[in-house]
Amino acid sequence: MSLWRTFKVAWEGLTLNKVRSFLTTLGVIIGVGAVIVMMAVSAGAEAEIADQINALGANLVMVMPAFSRGGFGPGAGRPPELSYDDINAIAQNVTGINGVSAEQSTNQDVKGGNTTLESVSVVGTTTGFIKVREYALGEGRFLTDIDNDQANKVVVLGYDVAQELFGEQSAIGQSIKIASTKFTVVGVMAEKGVVGNTDYDSRVYIPLTVVFKKFTRARFGGDSIRTLYVSAESREMMDDVMSQVTNVLIRQHDVDPASPDFTLMTQDSIIDAQASTTEAFRNLLGWVAGISLVVGGIGIMNIMLVSVTERTREIGLRQALGARPRDVRLQFLLEAVMLSLIGGLVGVLAGVGGSYLFNELGTMRTELVPTSIPLSFGAAAAVGIFFGYYPATQAAQLDPIEALRRE
Amino acid sequence: MSESMIEITDLTKVYGTGHIAVHALRGINLAVEEGEFLAIMGPSGSGKSTLMNILGCLDRPTGGTYVLDGEDVSKLSKDKLAGVRNRKIGFVFQSYNLLPRLTAARNVLLPLLYDGRQNLSDAACHEHAVAALETVGLGERVHHRPNELSGGQQQRVAIARALINNPSIILADEPTGNLDTQSSEEILALLHQLHDQGTTIVMVTHEPGIAEHAERVIFLRDGQIVSDKLNGKRRKGGKI
Repeated sequence: MSLWRTFKVAWEGLTLNKVRSFLTTLGVIIGVGAVIVMMAVSAGAEAEIADQINALGANLVMVMPAFSRGGFGPGAGRPPELSYDDINAIAQNVTGINGVSAEQSTNQDVKGGNTTLESVSVVGTTTGFIKVREYALGEGRFLTDIDNDQANKVVVLGYDVAQELFGEQSAIGQSIKIASTKFTVVGVMAEKGVVGNTDYDSRVYIPLTVVFKKFTRARFGGDSIRTLYVSAESREMMDDVMSQVTNVLIRQHDVDPASPDFTLMTQDSIIDAQASTTEAFRNLLGWVAGISLVVGGIGIMNIMLVSVTERTREIGLRQALGARPRDVRLQFLLEAVMLSLIGGLVGVLAGVGGSYLFNELGTMRTELVPTSIPLSFGAAAAVGIFFGYYPATQAAQLDPIEALRRE
Repeated sequence: MSESMIEITDLTKVYGTGHIAVHALRGINLAVEEGEFLAIMGPSGSGKSTLMNILGCLDRPTGGTYVLDGEDVSKLSKDKLAGVRNRKIGFVFQSYNLLPRLTAARNVLLPLLYDGRQNLSDAACHEHAVAALETVGLGERVHHRPNELSGGQQQRVAIARALINNPSIILADEPTGNLDTQSSEEILALLHQLHDQGTTIVMVTHEPGIAEHAERVIFLRDGQIVSDKLNGKRRKGGKI
């Protein structure tokens, strides 16, 4: 019998019991769908992390305090930290950089005119901020070194904050209250929108030193900088910038070059570190999904064995009418393969649709991995052939006399 | 004898080996001419089912030869036997063996699907099936499923299926075993009609009344032919 004929006969066999055929494919549908959704979820998570890190700005070198090794007791000294002076030292001594800045955030109520905005993100920073973050000024001016040195109570508003407080009116020169402290508005930022997780437009920016003085007090360790951002002029400059920053800080902190009290990181190194974590995560998900595919395959084998038993007489009849063992085997193998391929197809649709829905409905960012579609579909086909072969062989080996006698 | 449709010489069939060996057939010699209508009778355990299976190429003999339509089929492989069944043998079973979910026409054309020689189109297959159904008087029931047909009609569909490949012989195993008297008469009349048209028919039955319809009756006991008689009344110019 020709392959196409056998295909049609096998199709006939499947459509005779549609509900059962559907239930049988369910395992494969879930397996294939799971592979695609899980790969999309982990790719989405990876992209999310990369976006957040890249949203910090281009060609960034991040400086963080190293973990203290001394513990307590004599010689342990103060836990390592970075200070406002380090920013100035880097800004003055390192070449090939766009800027250097640090940030310290606090949430406070902001009052301007008759409007009070509750729990606005107040970011203490330095003059290098707009260069590091590639953030454009709308009107007025940004914070200066003098603002920080003298701890001037000046504020630069995010675009939305300015709109909400002052509307069409110019905000420059107005006074606003952050918590109970009065600030003078010196500038309004241009619109930037949401990047990563940060809504730039609904924040306000004040000198770093003012945040330390007014909001995060020194006695709680609030005057130490957690991360210093140095923006290199280009990617090629980054290695040079990193060694300069290291030298400046070693001098500044007066520490042994072999064991500095700070560490340097780049976006790439963070992304790489995250990637290896998410890769392990993805492999795990892949295995889970793969196992569900295998379980789906066992379901197919189970149903095919039942089907062979149920249709023993039909097989005997077909043999009597001239079906060779290989015709019978092909018919049942094709039934199993078609079940798994249809399951694969529906699974691909479910997986793609599911990934899309997850993304649209909010909670989880997903990014469809194109290779996951042929991968999972191919796996489904392989599962069908693998688990369909045994029942098909059972069918082919039936003795026609016995089979015809069976009730 | 060389033109016989079926020529069986010293045919034996042994199941099992050693002490538990069962000798189902002990040296059968039989010749069936083209166009003959033969009935095989015998009590259960006489070997008539075994003989039927070998005649139908569903089983191979242990010894002896079986020449069907000029071809020695006693030593053929399973695949070759399937081909012989497809081209040379039309089966009619006691329980019809129609596939319940297929229409009469789809049931009838099944053998065409397994015929490697002629690659008929679906439309041609259907045409053949309709023609075969018309032959058995069911031209109006082409699209009916077995459960929409009476027992006699189902058996006629099965006969149409047996005829569709123009087989050398029709092998009917208790073809009226499941039918009431009237339907039995109809089926026998149909077999007579086919016989009159020159079809070779071999029928297994345990009912003497049914066997009477054949022109020749052989009687089996303990794996051997114990009698071989002509009924006479239905002879149609054959030799012997």
